[in-house]
Amino acid sequence: MRALLFPRPALSSSDLVELRDVTFAYDTRPILSGIRMRFPRGKVVAIMGGSGCGKTTVLRLIGGQLRATAGSVIVDGVALEGLPGDRLYALRRRMGMLFQFGALFTDLSVFENVAFPMREHLDLPESAIRDLVLLKLEAVGLRGSAALMPSQLSGGMARRVALARAIALDPQLMMYDEPFTGLDPISLGVIAQLIRRLNDALGATSIVVTHDVGASLGIVDHVYITAAGRIVAEGTPAEIRASGDPLVRQFIHGEVDGPVGFHQPAPPLAAQFGFGGRA
Amino acid sequence: MIGSASAGLRGIGARVIDGVWKLGAGARFAGEMLARSGTTLRRPRLLLDALHFIGVLSLVIIVVSGLFVGLVLGLQGYETLKRYGSAEALGTLVALSLVRELGPVVSALLFASRAGSAVTARIGIMKSSEQFSAMEIMAVDPRARVLAPMFWAGALSVPLLAAIFSAMGVFGGWLIGVVVIGIDDGAFWSQMQASVDVRADVANGVVKSGVFGVAVMLIALFEGWDAPPTAEGVSYAVTRTVVTSALAILALDFVLTSLMFTGV
Repeated sequence: MRALLFPRPALSSSDLVELRDVTFAYDTRPILSGIRMRFPRGKVVAIMGGSGCGKTTVLRLIGGQLRATAGSVIVDGVALEGLPGDRLYALRRRMGMLFQFGALFTDLSVFENVAFPMREHLDLPESAIRDLVLLKLEAVGLRGSAALMPSQLSGGMARRVALARAIALDPQLMMYDEPFTGLDPISLGVIAQLIRRLNDALGATSIVVTHDVGASLGIVDHVYITAAGRIVAEGTPAEIRASGDPLVRQFIHGEVDGPVGFHQPAPPLAAQFGFGGRA
Repeated sequence: MIGSASAGLRGIGARVIDGVWKLGAGARFAGEMLARSGTTLRRPRLLLDALHFIGVLSLVIIVVSGLFVGLVLGLQGYETLKRYGSAEALGTLVALSLVRELGPVVSALLFASRAGSAVTARIGIMKSSEQFSAMEIMAVDPRARVLAPMFWAGALSVPLLAAIFSAMGVFGGWLIGVVVIGIDDGAFWSQMQASVDVRADVANGVVKSGVFGVAVMLIALFEGWDAPPTAEGVSYAVTRTVVTSALAILALDFVLTSLMFTGV
């Protein structure tokens, strides 16, 4: 009854980000076809799938770096299609993104990398910037490395500095593009824990694009599994683990052969090697 | 036979279309970047950093090359002028060749290979390592924050570098002519002073190097921005910057010279 008297306004839904029947193609090569995804506020959601199945494209669509061919991408009630550049930039100020290899600015020190978004967008005195940067670096455990240059950092440290930079302006939405790729087991565990802890501490919403099953199932609330531009399964980590779907099982357990075949399409063996006589 | 001929024609056509397309994309890129020059004006610090990266780091090659070109000019010029008994005109010869031609052209060629290649490499690497994507997600436009300051720094640097090049060249000519060979010091300088015109020679030289600076920077920035985001793509882009810049400088020099110095 209450719900009828006070219907929830359509715009402030419980989802921070929503993809409605989104289709995307590079030229004529389809990447995503009719994807529907919802990313509820405060949650950590993983998008999993093999390499080249369009996972990263989803992040670029949400960040407005790519525009959907069809369908609608909605971020905090704002549809991104046809959004003018200045409003897109205003929206991006509330987003943070961790890139696959950090994408640190190689000509700036660790300190200046983290300070970069603050210097660009906030008019703060130098002392306040210093304190904020050191706090952000403390959050990722690297306050002592502020003076280093990116070339002096290990892969895991670079990823953590990039994370500190991504959360510099306390974003509402955090996006992670393959955050676990190429890390040693300890760094991997550190990054995974940071993703969860920062999400809860910032009250943010996080989207993690990954193909690392072990690291991500432990920290996320919801999982989408994609293949060939479509969602093939979704659910909580427990549901995904218990899934009987052969494709999901193959992906979770890393099986060599299954619905995704080991062999890529090729002419028949006999024809190519010429045995069994000429046809 | 017909098949291979048509394939050849198609190849030529594809290259022409490719070239025209790239020219258009380059012009659009230049327009978009220049329209975002406001940040450079508001934040002189960005321009200073770019001036250091582009101009200051090119100083050594410009100073050393200018000196050697001057030394060679002094030697060659003296040998020739001596035959006509006018060795004192060495100052005029050195100064005019440097201010009108060698200064702007050679310094622009050196600038393209030192700074142009560095700019393309840096832009290409920033693009391929997703630094520009990271900037965009931080709501910072890389064209305004990184590219436009570099453009203005380059456009300002080249005339200054050309002036330094010419000054070093004149000094080199003086070293050979006056100090080593023993031409009269007063004649060397007074003949130079009498024959070099501020507007016709010096100003035209400055205009030339300004045009070269704009051309080199546009080529270097566009090649970096347009490079495929791979190590291979960036390395090819650097090569293209040097080759295209050199050709553009020489072609523009011919056009500008024929506009400026015909009938003088």
